[in-house]
Amino acid sequence: MHLDELGIAVEPLPGAMPVFRASLAPADLCALCQAARARGARLVSLWGSDETPRGLGYALHLALALRAGLLWLTVGLPRGRPAYPGIAAIYPGADRMQRAAYDLLGIEPLEGAGRQWLRHGAWPEGVYPLRKDFAAASRVAGAGDHYAFVKVEGEGVHEIAVGPVHAGTIEPGHFRFSVVGEKVLRLEERLGYKHKGIEKRFEGMTLEEGARLAGRVSGDSTVAYAWAYAMAAEAATRTDVPQRALALRAILLELERVANHLGDLGYLGNDVGLSFGFFQFWRLKEDLLRLNAWLSGHRYLMDSVVPGGAARNLERKEGEALLEGLGRIGREVATLRSIYEEHAGAQDRFIMTGQVLPALAERMGLNGLAGRASGIARDLRVDYPVPPWRQLAPRMATHTRGDVAARVSVRFEELAESIRLVHALVRQLPAGEIRVPLAAGEAGRSGIGWVEGWRGEVLIALDLADETHIHRLHPHDPSWQNWLLVERAVLGNIVPDFPLINKSFNLSYSGHDL
Amino acid sequence: MYQLLKQIVATGIVTEPAPDADEALRRLEQRLSETILKHFGRSLSIRHVDAGSCNGCELEIHALNSPYYNLEALGIKFVASPRHADLLLVTGPVSRHMEQALRRTYDAIPEPKLVVAIGDCGSTGGVFGESYASCGRVANVLPVDVAVPGCPPSPVAIMQAILTALSARRS
Repeated sequence: MHLDELGIAVEPLPGAMPVFRASLAPADLCALCQAARARGARLVSLWGSDETPRGLGYALHLALALRAGLLWLTVGLPRGRPAYPGIAAIYPGADRMQRAAYDLLGIEPLEGAGRQWLRHGAWPEGVYPLRKDFAAASRVAGAGDHYAFVKVEGEGVHEIAVGPVHAGTIEPGHFRFSVVGEKVLRLEERLGYKHKGIEKRFEGMTLEEGARLAGRVSGDSTVAYAWAYAMAAEAATRTDVPQRALALRAILLELERVANHLGDLGYLGNDVGLSFGFFQFWRLKEDLLRLNAWLSGHRYLMDSVVPGGAARNLERKEGEALLEGLGRIGREVATLRSIYEEHAGAQDRFIMTGQVLPALAERMGLNGLAGRASGIARDLRVDYPVPPWRQLAPRMATHTRGDVAARVSVRFEELAESIRLVHALVRQLPAGEIRVPLAAGEAGRSGIGWVEGWRGEVLIALDLADETHIHRLHPHDPSWQNWLLVERAVLGNIVPDFPLINKSFNLSYSGHDL
Repeated sequence: MYQLLKQIVATGIVTEPAPDADEALRRLEQRLSETILKHFGRSLSIRHVDAGSCNGCELEIHALNSPYYNLEALGIKFVASPRHADLLLVTGPVSRHMEQALRRTYDAIPEPKLVVAIGDCGSTGGVFGESYASCGRVANVLPVDVAVPGCPPSPVAIMQAILTALSARRS
């Protein structure tokens, strides 16, 4: 098949989402990326793989979001010197992903990978844990951790180093601020502290075994990951999922969105000294978590989405109770929204704080809810309305100011919309089975899972080693792109506003560090 | 302002003596407060370190501060510095990249100190296990007083673990 948008030959991949695969020579990579960029395609993810057990070399993979769907590009690289022309100048978001691919696999841009990213002290340069000849259990002596932070110099400039252990209950990461007085001149992030070898662990697992791990790449997005994983596994095994299971998954995904938005709205109040907001929203969140536990057996809905369908059915009575509980939460949130909006102190801190303007957001690839708050009107549920979204016609929440207030506002709107979607889904729940067994796969078959989680787009790219075992699985969190914009959003703001700005993005460390 | 006050009054006090109509938590709360009173002079300070979790356990630790559980009312508070802490709460398998930071945090807590490992990962390494990048369970890195399983453990189970650590100390 010919992809008109880019003028290249592609092979459509089976699966729930429109996905196309194509191979490319390294020499053609930059021209293709430039053409894609010019047509408004965004870079979803970049990763590498070791194909030497198949008698090949290494491979670089790119996932680009086009209007027609997702393009999965594979660039074969020689065993001797696996290098390719880097694309960070075209897609700035690729820089950290290229560095991570070098740390884990030893494939690098022709101009060099630059500073390490996911590699700290646990293994030395020249050792590549994702290569097939590296045993997962090996303990390599590290070489110490030396990272060259960019130094800002000048009269009155000083540095504040924060983390990896932060002052609250937060995931670990390091932030290096260069400041004059209270004003932030530069922020440099250092992530990778939570790297625990998730990708290596997937290799050799069966599709059934991998589901639990996929649901724990980033615990707050367990439904999004579990669904993306299931979608990839079903695509690779050509398994058709019952309609009822798709509707149940959509209900779970929207409940996850509601729970996370409630928690964030509470913390955003807390961070501007409105502890009233924290207590109110966390009361509502707890109500929802208990409802979740009653419906699914798990407060955060872990392991509720499984390959082939959903783990639990929703009886009519349970559906009614869910709608009643959600309706009450929705009414209270509406009251709280007007309290937030009329609270001069809170609005004073929210408005024009941590701003990311649409042009910068577009250039750097900001996505998900933070993207929608900065004028990037993209939402997989709307852009590719496959079942069950098609008949629901989700309404996208957008804003253009790109500040904390905009991210608060998008959360409020999405929360109300999610409640509407759950109502529609429960009312029109198709009859039938909720789970089918996965069909057998085949060596070399691949599949993509691509889901609009509460934070942004979650991607899972899967390549099978045989009927059931995983050859390579790459999970991609929307935080990869969005972390870059946290560095930019704080510029010119004061240091005490950093926690507020950071919270307004609420990015995942675990999903990024893998 | 009127709406805000109205909402506060309408909400009332939701802190539960016994969630899930369960006597166990109420007794747990009483015993917790008594033990803390006796051994830590009215308050227990906790320093939390995420050593490599999926962030699921953090969600339940946050929930402990919600009005339903209201941990601070029991005299338990989370502190920003290990120098102010009595107890170290550790989530996750310990990633090798966090191993040193975790040890340093532990060393910075004044004696006597307690360590509680949270969740399946903290107790056994969980789905992540031991590998080139993960040290596995917290006990592989630090002396652990109590480990509470669960993925993630509920807020009540975390409170129970804190109490168990305190009682173990007493005996």
